[in-house]
Amino acid sequence: MKISRNPDRRRFLRTAAGVAAIPAASCTRAGRRWRFLTDEQADTIGAICDQIIPPDQDPGAVSAGVVHFIDRQLKGHYAYLQDAYIKGVVEIEQAAQEKFGKRFSALASEQQLDLLREREKTAFFRMIADHAMQGFYGDPRHGGNRDFASWKMMGIPNPPVRGRQQHDLTKS
Amino acid sequence: MALEHVNAVVIGSGAGGGIVAKELAAAGMKVALLERGRWISPYECAKDDLRNQRTSVLGASFGPDDEERNPRVKVEKDGSEQIVYPSRGAYNNNAMCVGGGTASYGAMAWRFMPQDFRLKTTYGAVEGSTLEDWPITYDDLEPFYEQAEYEIGVSGDVVPDPFKGPRRKPLPMPPLPPNREYAVLRPAALRLGLHPFDIPMLRNSVPYGGRQACMRCRWCVGFACEVNAKCGTQNTVIPAALASGNCELRTEAIVKEIVLDAGGKARGVKYIDEKERLREQTADVVIVSCGAIESARLLLNSKSRLFPNGIGNNHDWVGRNLQGHAYTGANGLMPFDCYDDVGPGAGVAICDYNHGNKGLVGGGMLCNEFIRLPYQFLGRMPPWIPAWGKEHKDFVRTWYRRAVNVQGPVQEMPVFHARVEADPKVKDYWGVPVARMSGNKHPHTLEIADFMSRRAEEWLKEAGATRTWRRVPGDDLSAGQHQAGTCRMGNDPKTSVVDKHCRVHDVDNLYVVDASVHVTNGGFNPVLTIMAIAYWASHHLLKARS
Repeated sequence: MKISRNPDRRRFLRTAAGVAAIPAASCTRAGRRWRFLTDEQADTIGAICDQIIPPDQDPGAVSAGVVHFIDRQLKGHYAYLQDAYIKGVVEIEQAAQEKFGKRFSALASEQQLDLLREREKTAFFRMIADHAMQGFYGDPRHGGNRDFASWKMMGIPNPPVRGRQQHDLTKS
Repeated sequence: MALEHVNAVVIGSGAGGGIVAKELAAAGMKVALLERGRWISPYECAKDDLRNQRTSVLGASFGPDDEERNPRVKVEKDGSEQIVYPSRGAYNNNAMCVGGGTASYGAMAWRFMPQDFRLKTTYGAVEGSTLEDWPITYDDLEPFYEQAEYEIGVSGDVVPDPFKGPRRKPLPMPPLPPNREYAVLRPAALRLGLHPFDIPMLRNSVPYGGRQACMRCRWCVGFACEVNAKCGTQNTVIPAALASGNCELRTEAIVKEIVLDAGGKARGVKYIDEKERLREQTADVVIVSCGAIESARLLLNSKSRLFPNGIGNNHDWVGRNLQGHAYTGANGLMPFDCYDDVGPGAGVAICDYNHGNKGLVGGGMLCNEFIRLPYQFLGRMPPWIPAWGKEHKDFVRTWYRRAVNVQGPVQEMPVFHARVEADPKVKDYWGVPVARMSGNKHPHTLEIADFMSRRAEEWLKEAGATRTWRRVPGDDLSAGQHQAGTCRMGNDPKTSVVDKHCRVHDVDNLYVVDASVHVTNGGFNPVLTIMAIAYWASHHLLKARS
């Protein structure tokens, strides 16, 4: 478990209580990479997210931990969206097979973009695009934005300088 | 065990309730202050970009934090309805904690302008709107605005604003030094012949009230202030109320209904305490300060023989005229960095377009926006950039530090059909019918918004923006953190809910003291007006009692 920079006590307690309540489940999960997703689902979601926020001179969605973010939220605040994710992944994998005969993640970038552009207006795509943005641009404590990847990219001072005043700027 | 009778029970500890509790307690009345939420300390600031009161995609950290227990129903234009939860936009959440919205707000401290209290007289009636004058004037409230500014604490410099109402005293604290956006926007406004000045803020710019000054971090609106420099009721009047020895604050107390006696006077309230026990608190006076949505809901859920449709609602005005602010403005791309990471970000405003706009009823203030945290920034992308992919990422990388946002709250035209009801089917965890919200903005509100966004765009262009785009609101219901209007103040009991001293018509010991009583909501953030009205109502309540 990653140590959060700024733990909120109440959430910590809630998490701690949750862990205590399901010891058996945690044991069977030992060694698994994901809390909710299967490896196949995570693979598809990663491929989609890397099109939404592609890697270039800066990290893309997957290397910034966006899949971890989504996986974690699907066992947390977004638990109510579990079905939507499973269905969305199944649908796009079926389309990948029908159209190109391969898994989505194995397709060429242009083929992936074809399938995603067709789905741009669907509820599933909008949802995953928004969640990818949250994972990439949001606070790292939620599993994404690994090593402050997006904040570095945007030039946001980290850690912030506290107590700074702009005394050199005076009213014109 | 029966609870000891008190002189006053105040429901809700936000901008309105916190002040009333303190004023009454300081005058020697025994007060029970009931709050649904918890007391959140500055140490819980958390600085979590995705879980705060402005961006609540992963939860509303200032409550209601238990989503499932606190649903509401939102009715869409086509009649469809959905159950909504606090972390989602359609819920129109404000906050649920000690201090209410003041614990996490951006803290702009505006006085409404004299014309804002007399819109109908100034502009005439507006078709399809319940536009009306307030039964009180700016002059009535002026001493109480001043009291709020000094007791809660306001910094800023409004002297250069020629449009403001008369005032006896300057603000108690100077403005914070300008940040880079301010330094770019202020001269541009002057070149346009406008009248820029330093936004009044309920934020310490120097040590005040026993608390330190703002340290200028980027996590301001939506967060508790880590160094307690933001001034809310939770760190000013509520501690003072408790220190008087006359006020007891009970958190996690969920009021179900107001109880009347046989004669039609309020006897007290029934509430569920933190151990989920049903309690009854009797009181001489009951003050409802739950915010425009929950105050209306509580009145509507308090039914009796005399008030079969909810207390104070015999003329069907409770819950009506729900309004907030149609936020409008523009974004601009500058040829140089404007982001200097110096919070709170918002600093310079103009009131040139609040009134006197040709063909328009009112208008609104314009100012630069608070610091846009990275995920918030994505909500302000230009229309020519795709919503995802390489171009989207490129844009964020290139322009985040160079994008400036000017925006402001449009004074809305109140509409009768924008309303809160008690839902006939859906109940909360405690079995109380939830708030059901329906209605839309008045078309003229959108016309004003369109005009204002163009003025914002001009300002940005003059400041050097090479490319700009406007951001105008849709016509869906607005309420949110600026929610107001549902228990209108007026002299005629047939067309209003409370009198000019916030007392419910027909129930002479029941008051509503929050933005519910606003007849119109100003072209400004409403909190200082809520505070001034709380002092005004307390003053008259105490006067009537003595």
